[in-house]
Amino acid sequence: MMHNKTITELSAGLEAGEFSSVELTQTYLDRIKLLDKQLNSFITMTPELALEQAKNADAQRAAGNVGLLNGIPLAQKDIFCTKGVKTSCGSKMLEPFISPYDATTISQFNESGAVMLGKTNMDEFAMGSSNETSWYGTVKNPWNTDAVPGGSSGGSAAVVAARLAAASTGTDTGGSIRQPASFCGITGLKPTYGRVSRYGMIAFASSLDQAGPMTRTAEDAALMLNVMAGHDLRDSTSVDVAVPDYRADLNESVEGLKIGLPKEFFSEGLNDGVAKVIESAVKEYEKMGAIIKEISLPTSKLAVPTYYIIAPSECSSNLSRMDGVRFGHRCEDPKDLSDLYIRSRGEGFGPEVKRRILVGTYALSEGFYDAYYVKAQKTRRLISNDFNQAFDEVDVIMGPAAPSTAFNIGELTDDPITMYLSDIYTIAVNLAGLPGMSIPAGFSNDMPVGLQLIGKHFAEAKLLNVAHQFQKETDWHLKAPTAFK
Amino acid sequence: MSKLDKSDVEKIAFLARLGIDEQDIPEYATNLSNILDMVEQLDSVDTDGVKPMAHPLDAVQRLRADVVTEVNDRENLQAYAPEISDGLYLVPKVIE
Repeated sequence: MMHNKTITELSAGLEAGEFSSVELTQTYLDRIKLLDKQLNSFITMTPELALEQAKNADAQRAAGNVGLLNGIPLAQKDIFCTKGVKTSCGSKMLEPFISPYDATTISQFNESGAVMLGKTNMDEFAMGSSNETSWYGTVKNPWNTDAVPGGSSGGSAAVVAARLAAASTGTDTGGSIRQPASFCGITGLKPTYGRVSRYGMIAFASSLDQAGPMTRTAEDAALMLNVMAGHDLRDSTSVDVAVPDYRADLNESVEGLKIGLPKEFFSEGLNDGVAKVIESAVKEYEKMGAIIKEISLPTSKLAVPTYYIIAPSECSSNLSRMDGVRFGHRCEDPKDLSDLYIRSRGEGFGPEVKRRILVGTYALSEGFYDAYYVKAQKTRRLISNDFNQAFDEVDVIMGPAAPSTAFNIGELTDDPITMYLSDIYTIAVNLAGLPGMSIPAGFSNDMPVGLQLIGKHFAEAKLLNVAHQFQKETDWHLKAPTAFK
Repeated sequence: MSKLDKSDVEKIAFLARLGIDEQDIPEYATNLSNILDMVEQLDSVDTDGVKPMAHPLDAVQRLRADVVTEVNDRENLQAYAPEISDGLYLVPKVIE
């Protein structure tokens, strides 16, 4: 069954001539047509483009010009600008927006020979933890269609779990790759801030946003990151640090690896079933020869309040470009310029985006800027300092990716703050700009649980190595939801 | 308690040029007040002498030579604009 293979296995199959990229792409397109009605994980399908790209990939392979992801069918989060294809960011505001250019990430995938099957559903402008804020309808979790897939990269997580694409991309501002990866039982990596270009990735909170791969295995994530990572002159926050081959260290032993468990990640608020799974995953590492140490991140409790100043402030500024003038939704018959702005934005944005714009506008307004934004930038540094101190003692930090398994659709929609707390273990990592991963670690009440790995700045290769070693000893990452086997 | 009332929400919404339905204002007032209460936890943290962190790697703005690097791509960029004429974006009349 082609759809159950990892990218690494598919590449071998393509190279051996067992199947062509056109056949492989058609297999996925057929599966999506058959199965995605249950999930709603795509906003836009691009079958013609996919088959054309697959044909080109096959021709390139025949000519001996084989890119890293030659012929591999991927799904792209609808936050990445894709030339000539609708790029909605989950919003009514960008319903009419056909991007005139490609994001750097998309160009990199195109150059690597990858195929794009379509654009995945997401929380509106990446603001949400359940995919319920999408204007295009909620995505359902392939493990239980009454449950959410997590968010904001919920569509991207669902397609990988349901084997509707070989892999996908996500973006992570406060947990939007790791939390849905945990909820859907897949591997998700948020790289170090600045590692992957943000050019053409619609901005939410510019000092936090980072794109990364969502895959079945750590090995596949390493391959995807080889394509995505790198310095980009078009993104002023992109960092000029050499990109290693992320596959090179996958097989290093974890013997003697020092793993820190922050006691704050195992206290009140953590679901018992999740705690049990995480404890047994840590035991697995102990069996492999890793050394486990309890550590403390005393300021981690400040992460959620700090984030809910910084992220809304930056979003209120970023989203001011959605004004109904140059692109996107415009209201009917504006009576003057102010009316044009107010009604276009009022009609185009959903309630969660409006809440965050309002919070950010308030926090940045005259007289409040120092009390909110500057104060949060200071507590942000304290949070970052805590991680730096912890990394003096340990190589990798581990804990749960989320406090619970996937909750049910509608369960938290009336309670924004409880929804925000589902990112309690992931947000601090974005504030500190560190790389983080979620990998499948087991099940609680038949729903997947993700183990979070946190590394030092630019230690993606270490995280991928540590994740790969776990995946060699366990088979949680190979489990597929029954309805999508 | 940093409770926001209806007129606060209306004022903030106008600053953001963000239309909000009259009937939804009370709910926004409640949500926003709850969020501001949650972030009030930060008030109790001593941050004297802490330098605000704007970039997680403390990078500074990169500068480049002031030369033209992009070609004029106006037609392509305006292809999906709501309303244009002669290469200009159209909006309702601002000055009588």
